[in-house]
Amino acid sequence: MNAESGQSATTAQARAAQRAEITLASIKERRSNRRRALQMLWNNRLGSIGALILILVTIAAVFAPFLAPADPNHGEIVSRLQCPVLTSCPRFGTDQTIHGSSKHILGTDQLGRDILSRIIYGARISLIVGLTAVAIGAGFGTIMGLVSGYYGRWADSLIMRVGDVFLAFPFFLLAIAIVAAIGGGLFNVIVVLAVASWVPYARLIRGSVLSSKAQEYVIAARAIGVRDMGLLLKHILPNVITPVIVYATFGVAAAIIAEAGLSFLGLGVGGTVSDWGAMLADGRQYVGTAWWLATIPGVAIMLTVLSINMIGDWIRDALDPHLRNI
Amino acid sequence: MTQYIIRRVIQSIFVILGVITAVFIISNLSGDPATLILGPNASADAIHAMQERLGLNQPLYVQYVKFLGDAIRGNFQQSLQYQGHSSMNIALTRFPRTAELAGAALILEVVISLTLGIIAAVKRYSMIDNIVMFIALVGQSIPNFWLGIMLILIFSVNFGWFSSQGYSLSPYYFVLPAITLAAPPIARLTRLTRSGMLDVLGEDYVRTGRAKGLQERTVVLGHALKNAAIPLVTVIGLDFGRLLGGAIITEQIFEWNGVGQLLVSSIEARDFPVVQAAVFIIAAAFVLINLVVDLLYAQLDPRVRLI
Repeated sequence: MNAESGQSATTAQARAAQRAEITLASIKERRSNRRRALQMLWNNRLGSIGALILILVTIAAVFAPFLAPADPNHGEIVSRLQCPVLTSCPRFGTDQTIHGSSKHILGTDQLGRDILSRIIYGARISLIVGLTAVAIGAGFGTIMGLVSGYYGRWADSLIMRVGDVFLAFPFFLLAIAIVAAIGGGLFNVIVVLAVASWVPYARLIRGSVLSSKAQEYVIAARAIGVRDMGLLLKHILPNVITPVIVYATFGVAAAIIAEAGLSFLGLGVGGTVSDWGAMLADGRQYVGTAWWLATIPGVAIMLTVLSINMIGDWIRDALDPHLRNI
Repeated sequence: MTQYIIRRVIQSIFVILGVITAVFIISNLSGDPATLILGPNASADAIHAMQERLGLNQPLYVQYVKFLGDAIRGNFQQSLQYQGHSSMNIALTRFPRTAELAGAALILEVVISLTLGIIAAVKRYSMIDNIVMFIALVGQSIPNFWLGIMLILIFSVNFGWFSSQGYSLSPYYFVLPAITLAAPPIARLTRLTRSGMLDVLGEDYVRTGRAKGLQERTVVLGHALKNAAIPLVTVIGLDFGRLLGGAIITEQIFEWNGVGQLLVSSIEARDFPVVQAAVFIIAAAFVLINLVVDLLYAQLDPRVRLI
């Protein structure tokens, strides 16, 4: 238990704060009901904007072959480094000024490949990695947390001590260290991001399981003879899963940034696939001459991550009113 | 308190041992070190001799114990890239530069976040509040390696105000990397400051302060902030550790030759002893900072020691 003290200190603090928040909220509610309603509407509006953006990104990812105007991997060297439509730039290596054409709406890269098409295909990698890494990490963390909290004793100590070691590494450092050892690639990147992120889920679940173990519905279920497995999955899990859902939403956003970061360092999915982080890394060398190369994939990452964060805020407000202000 | 300190220190020692174990496991995932050192064209005999020299033909647990013993004394193998130099020394000489960058970022973070967070909380639900919160939301979503490139594009390519690369303690060099590194934590801490302040602004002692005619500034900064600050101290302390980890990418963008850049260039050069040393140093610093933060927190809030 003692190893947990730092963590539980923060949770105790948070709980006390929450309690204050609840009393406070009831006072404030009367005072500023209308303003509060406006705030909720604003949050919900952000949430629906986020949902809209994410749906568009998902459509782009799923229907990439139909939506992309060109082959993302085919470029003609004569049409390299063309700027986006409605802008102008010097022709590569000359003083001539050229205007962006509607043939390549977002311009072309250093190999003449169509950037819009690469962005559309790149959405696939970001979403696949973000969603699967979090699904695996959160799933594994949840199982570990259930085992740890429910069975206690040596299983609890073992899982939590191993978790301490994982938490001793900053998230991104752990991801880099493992990828450096086992190499990049889609599968490896997903596994690495899952491995680097399971501990907070385990801790969240463990804490909730510990506090719900003594509650009446669990005691009642046990009294009528529900077995361990049934108790864990049918009674305890649904009652403790909410913070995990909220945390996992933000986890997807973090995983997408981390994946792009790994690719940016050349440790990512690799190969010939279009990948936003790798596009950024390529574009970085042309930052003085061709601004759009690095700018556009960054905007794509930011919009996707922003939309998920907006949805995350929205879900948290809806599922867990105590956390509304954070 | 003494008991709490002893407990936390012992726990941290075990975590460090765990970190060394993790580094050992990770390095064993990367394949045969002898082949890595000699290159793919080495003869089987040469590889065999090298394996013998490095003790790789011994059972894994013997290797582990030896690795653990060496690592505790700060001994990793010699660098493959810089022949004859200790990996640990190379990493140690680079570490202060990373700490300087993280320190500059931390100062920025604290100043900006506390200011914005307090303003947003005091003017709750106002236009300013909404704008600050929206910027914070966007700030949390910007990949900082992209932010860094955009800052270079705007402030060094277009305006020429700041340098786009290099290590130096003059503002010309460190301002852009510090902003880049600090951006995501600024967004997070602003939100936390706002919610912490909102919690305490409704407390009785705040109302009492106002009722007895204190200036609003005294109430907000003297009474409310003091109480809201305790949990924030933890966050700020932990952020210093996170900044050390986050510096890996920032250093790469701005060619700031700290331990993060060393890590990435050593991975590219497949210089694994240096990778081990760099990973170990960052993680060990992270553990130490967390320890200090926990002890500080226990000092500020005695309830913690009881748990």
